[in-house]
Amino acid sequence: MLTMDKIEIRNLRFYYDDFEALHSISMRIEERHITALIGPSGCGKSTFLRCINRMNDTIPGARIGGEILLDGRNIYAPDVDVVELRQRVGMVFQRPNPFPQSIYDNVAFGPRVLGLAHSGALDDLVEQSLRSAALWDDVKGKLNGSALDLSAGEQQRLCIARVLAVEPEIILMDEPCSALDPAATLQIEELMRKLRQHYTIIIVTHNMQQAARVSDCTGFFWLGDLVEYDETGKIFTRPAQKLTEDYVTGRMG
Amino acid sequence: MSKARETFDQKLKDLRDNILHLGEIAEAAVGLAVQALKDQDEELARQVIAGDEEINDERYDLEEECLRLIATQQPTAGDLRAIVAAIHIVTELERMGDYASGIAELAIRLADKPHLKPLIDIPRMTKIDQEMIRASLEAYFKKDPDLAIETAKRDAEIDQLYDQIYRELLTYMLEDPKNIARATHLLWVAHKLERIADRVTNICERVIFMTTGEFQELSF
Repeated sequence: MLTMDKIEIRNLRFYYDDFEALHSISMRIEERHITALIGPSGCGKSTFLRCINRMNDTIPGARIGGEILLDGRNIYAPDVDVVELRQRVGMVFQRPNPFPQSIYDNVAFGPRVLGLAHSGALDDLVEQSLRSAALWDDVKGKLNGSALDLSAGEQQRLCIARVLAVEPEIILMDEPCSALDPAATLQIEELMRKLRQHYTIIIVTHNMQQAARVSDCTGFFWLGDLVEYDETGKIFTRPAQKLTEDYVTGRMG
Repeated sequence: MSKARETFDQKLKDLRDNILHLGEIAEAAVGLAVQALKDQDEELARQVIAGDEEINDERYDLEEECLRLIATQQPTAGDLRAIVAAIHIVTELERMGDYASGIAELAIRLADKPHLKPLIDIPRMTKIDQEMIRASLEAYFKKDPDLAIETAKRDAEIDQLYDQIYRELLTYMLEDPKNIARATHLLWVAHKLERIADRVTNICERVIFMTTGEFQELSF
């Protein structure tokens, strides 16, 4: 069978010291799909997300079991270069976190560090990244202006442009709209639908309507378990599990 | 269940109660329309026709309430299915009111002529229709898909009676062309009663969708 699974998670367990935060999670994430992870605070969805680009590696006492295969290769194998992994698997955070630099330098930061492009080619890459992040028209006249002068929504799109500039394959988004107003939120969602043509996106969100609007598949986490994982339409209209039903209808969590 | 959505739960409960109420009115209207036909009671027939307005108004009120709940509460899963089912069910009930009103109009037309024959099968159909309406609403109230299926199965009884009435009225028409007008009117009544059972079947399908999430065509 020909599958287009970009990521396969096999029996993933995660521990903060003795505490098991994720209990043997297995799931397949399709390429060029948007996968939403929902669940109440503390259910493990962010921990899970951060396992996918090994952002948890630096947490003291953190341990992991099982495997995460990216294009069939375990990202926790000893010979994996974490810097290269994080270039392939970019991340957008809850609050926009632009560097206190110019708009241009923010986007050029990754390519410069990784040596992806030089001078003229770098200009093109910055423009392309800003266009892809639907920000170019808003900032093309002020590329040397400070990133911190942008609105919150623009800053978040700048952070997305910064991720895109290093040409990733997967974009992890951890509550990317929680600090944004409704209009900026919808802009990001539209952007996600466009990016989906080229990237595999995994988004953690507390906003269930956002998960329903934007994603193709949704996984519901509860106390470190993946309770249900299915097409988004099904999760929000006829979930198979009572727990999922209670959560998406707001009866719990 | 936690109290997380107490207000919303109360609104859903109110919606359900109001649908049951609309169902009671529609069911009563069907019974009274046939009563008017049987007793050649024009006054009663006019009351049924006038009462249809209440059914129409109630239907629009309930549909509006459903839209309000969707817009303001963002229902999902079972809640969403319940509200969508409610929109369909009120439409079916409203249509039953129209059939009752139509039967009442035919009752007025037939009121000043002697009955072609004693009415037996038409009241029998009516009784089954009324039982089906009540049972479908009970299935809705109790969220009971099995009862919904059992109820829809009774449509076969209705179809059989309708066929019987049709054949019988046809013989009256063949016997004497003067019977044609009255026989045709009675046939129309029977047809409306037959359609009511189909509307009940639609409600039963909605109950199944609401409770199980599955679309199931019920035809027996």
